Amino acid sequence: MNSLLEQIRKGKLWDFHGGIHPEEHKQLSSQTSLLEAGLPPLLVLPLKQHIGSPAELCVQVGDRVLTGQPLTAPSSPMQVPIHASSSGTVVAIEEHTVAHPSGLSEPCILIQTDGQDSWRPRDPWPDYAERGNDELLARIHQAGIAGLGGAGFPTDIKLKGAQAYAQREPLPLLIVNGCECEPYITADDRLMRDEAAAIVEGITLLQQILRPQLTLIAIEDNKPEAIAAIRAQVKNAHTLVKVLPTKYPSGGERQLIEILTGRQVPSGKPPSEMGILVQNVGTLYAIRQAVVEDEPLIRRVVTLTGDRLAQPGNAWVRLGTSVRWLMQRFGLDPEPGQRVIMGGPMMGFTLPHADVPVVKTSNCLLAPSQRSLPSRDEEINCIRCGQCAEACPASLLPQQLYWYSKAGELDTAEQYRLFDCIECGACAWVCPSNIPLVQYYRQAKSQLRNQRQEQAQAERAKQRFADKQQRLEEERLERDRRMQAANEARRAQLKDAGGEDPVAAALARIKAKQAAQAVPTVAEDPIAAAVARAKAKKAAREAEAPEVTPAATADDALANPEASPASEAPAADPRQAAVAAAIARAKAKKAAREADAPEVTPAATTDDAPANPEASPASEAPAADPRQAAVAAAIARAKAKKAAREADAPEVTPAATADDAPANPEASPAAEAPAADPRQAAVTAAIARAKAKKAAREAAADNSAPPVPPSSKESD
Amino acid sequence: MAFSLAISPHSHSQQTTGRLMRLVLLALLPGLITQWFLFGWGVIFQLLLCGATALATEALVLRLRQRPLTPLFDSSALLTASLLAVALPPLAPWYVAVIGSAFAILVAKQLYGGLGQNPFNPAMVAYVLLLVSFPGDMTGWLPAPGLAEFSVALPDAASAIFTGFTPDGYSVHQLKLAADGTTMATPLDTLKTGLKQGHALADIQAGPTFSHWAGAGWQWINLAYLMGGLFLVATGTIAWQIPVGLLLGLGGAASLAWGLAPDHFALPTLDLFSGATMLGAFFIATDPVTAATTVRGRLIYGLLIGLLVFLIRHFGGYPDGMAFAVLLANIGVPLLDKLTRPKAYGEVR
Repeated sequence: MNSLLEQIRKGKLWDFHGGIHPEEHKQLSSQTSLLEAGLPPLLVLPLKQHIGSPAELCVQVGDRVLTGQPLTAPSSPMQVPIHASSSGTVVAIEEHTVAHPSGLSEPCILIQTDGQDSWRPRDPWPDYAERGNDELLARIHQAGIAGLGGAGFPTDIKLKGAQAYAQREPLPLLIVNGCECEPYITADDRLMRDEAAAIVEGITLLQQILRPQLTLIAIEDNKPEAIAAIRAQVKNAHTLVKVLPTKYPSGGERQLIEILTGRQVPSGKPPSEMGILVQNVGTLYAIRQAVVEDEPLIRRVVTLTGDRLAQPGNAWVRLGTSVRWLMQRFGLDPEPGQRVIMGGPMMGFTLPHADVPVVKTSNCLLAPSQRSLPSRDEEINCIRCGQCAEACPASLLPQQLYWYSKAGELDTAEQYRLFDCIECGACAWVCPSNIPLVQYYRQAKSQLRNQRQEQAQAERAKQRFADKQQRLEEERLERDRRMQAANEARRAQLKDAGGEDPVAAALARIKAKQAAQAVPTVAEDPIAAAVARAKAKKAAREAEAPEVTPAATADDALANPEASPASEAPAADPRQAAVAAAIARAKAKKAAREADAPEVTPAATTDDAPANPEASPASEAPAADPRQAAVAAAIARAKAKKAAREADAPEVTPAATADDAPANPEASPAAEAPAADPRQAAVTAAIARAKAKKAAREAAADNSAPPVPPSSKESD
Repeated sequence: MAFSLAISPHSHSQQTTGRLMRLVLLALLPGLITQWFLFGWGVIFQLLLCGATALATEALVLRLRQRPLTPLFDSSALLTASLLAVALPPLAPWYVAVIGSAFAILVAKQLYGGLGQNPFNPAMVAYVLLLVSFPGDMTGWLPAPGLAEFSVALPDAASAIFTGFTPDGYSVHQLKLAADGTTMATPLDTLKTGLKQGHALADIQAGPTFSHWAGAGWQWINLAYLMGGLFLVATGTIAWQIPVGLLLGLGGAASLAWGLAPDHFALPTLDLFSGATMLGAFFIATDPVTAATTVRGRLIYGLLIGLLVFLIRHFGGYPDGMAFAVLLANIGVPLLDKLTRPKAYGEVR
């Protein structure tokens, strides 16, 4: 760094890539001394006039305020206070159009001035050399100073960044930016000419705080009077006036650093990391006024220019003064489609109307004619001429950025260093196709910022959701644990009492319901179903033939287990149902015929028993579909019958089998039911199962009947 | 008091695409005049034919695409047509020019979306189409003045282009004959054919087609285009990296070859001042739409074309290779642009 400082002392200058030379039009406003714009009847003071957040209000509507009285009280460094620019009464605190490219409204304090301009008590510090750094920095913060060059970054934060560096090692460079490279604007030029002594005192103040090894005052060579005025005031070997060749945008902080040091500030880092602090001359004047005169930032120099103004020039304007008032004062003669630009022709923005207040960052009001600043021609296709890349002071590829921004390939645009774009407008200025390149970049940047914000929000929401899920899961587990414990207790109680297990029954009911609900949409063919039903009915009727004897029905029961596999078919396909019904009919008929045989005895019913075990494995099949439900139902029925029979076994009589018989005709309509309505089948099945269970349990008492197979519980 | 709104920057260089195109057209003049001086009125007829066809095609396509006709006035179609016209043999039949320029505008430019959207140089796409479609018409150049058996006046040129015969009944083929009755070819063609037939380089270069440092007549055309090109570089209309790269690539390869095998390769000046070298270096390869856009990319793009021209001329099947070289390099442009992105301000790589 020391050899670098040596090179700088010897007068070496570097250059930055690109840059342009637009027509300057500075003579228009630089010829007359600084004027007082005067006191407007109404001041509109936006609460936020800097980069950061607005400070807390500390006045109310109706309050009388004095010139320089703070209107907001900051509670953090990024909050910068605002002050009453003149004495008067707070008449309103409301949303008002502010100086913003989109013409948006923000909260403002409206002060009706009394014309007295009576100051609050002041405490000037001509003895600032005796003051400590903290005191001075606090005063600068309290004075509401934010970069007057245009960005509006809180000055004391910038100073503290440099101070932090200076506490580690000597700060190499303090750069005073008097380049004012934008066409038309001469506010800094005029300030340097008319207030050189105060600016140099401001520099002395900063030198006192930061003790830089070298201070450079950079002024473009198109301002010889300002150079002379400042040179006349500098009497310090460590302060050099650097005259730079005029080129836009040499006044950009990073470009200026490269011109003066040949080094680039790392992307995304503040210059203070390199031990460099850059301050605008206007800001230095404001610092001096704040410290020495106890005058907070209530006014600034504004260039009023453009060939539609009768008296272009530079004036001290109280912050909050409306553009309308200034345009009247300086004689705007509007042409049709008049544009009024706040800022310069390169980076300034047009105002939607005249009721916009001048704020801390407003350095220029430009009212050009169509002739001097013609409206942009229609945008045409990019021909990839690459002039934009040649002009870009950030060494970007504007044409590629444009391409990706326009195509919405924002990630690629970012890879092409979209965020290193300083929006100087040099690319759009050279573009032969008249493409408003910067506008594309601004849109892409804000889209990316929004995307990022949304992503962060989504991330937070996701985290919140995950947390909630975990909480709920924990709660559920806890609840389950408690319930299980309670159940165990109750079961134990019941066991002790020797009563029936109502839980198992309830479970069975629930399972049956679930099984039924699992198949709410079985393709139904009403006609086929009706046919099947009719056939089944007919079969039932035939089964009920008068010659059927109790014994016959008992044999019918024997036929039943065989029939049950068939009864699963109807559910699957009404046609199959019909076939099955026919088979069932045939079997029933055959059984009936066989039942007519005289040798049939009640003992035949015991033949039924071996058939049963075959049936039970089938009941393991999941009751997920109606077919299985039907099977289960049939099996259950069979089991129920068998159990009933076995339970009755000791006193088996023809009457007992006769009791069984009426169940048989019921079975066939039930078998057809699954086809028509699976829910009904399930209900029937459940009822059957419940009956079977009950019967089994009763039978279990005798140890003579197989209990409900445990596997059926699983399958259900 | 309501004001008009506008997007910043409010100031503009007032440079327009149309003006850039017209500057390039202006810079073509020295070469064009030289060609007219050497080859007669055919050059002008080709220019008129190509220009009229290109403008008509552009207007037609814009109508079909339901676009405003404003692009007609940006002179880009006229420039494409002019570049094609000066590359056509002066007495090529009229339909060659018409087909070529219609194809350049319709297919190579507008089908891709018009100005700025085409990946390939339209004039060169058309040239290659014509070269493969009308090989005979496209390779026959008139002999340089003093070498020809017949002189071609204005009515001769017009008649030859539109009917194939002069009013005196000579065919275009006869017009191409040299004083010694042999078919006349360009110096590069003569060189290629001669070497292929096993003649010694010195013998070939002793022929009438050659001056002592380049091709007879052709060196003046190349010098004229060089002049126009330097004007374009000086005015910042074209990027210097492309012509410098191209001439370095071609000249470097030719020098190397000549240094290594002087019996088989002529002086590098022959390559640099023959055929389409200067026209290609300053007017064709520099077409911004189809060229690389970064500084390093342009340099590499130029080098690549120069190298390809050398390879095609000396090892390929065609006497000149500018059109093929430019089209081949066009293919590489997106990659070149991607690989040669400059380091942005403050970027840490």
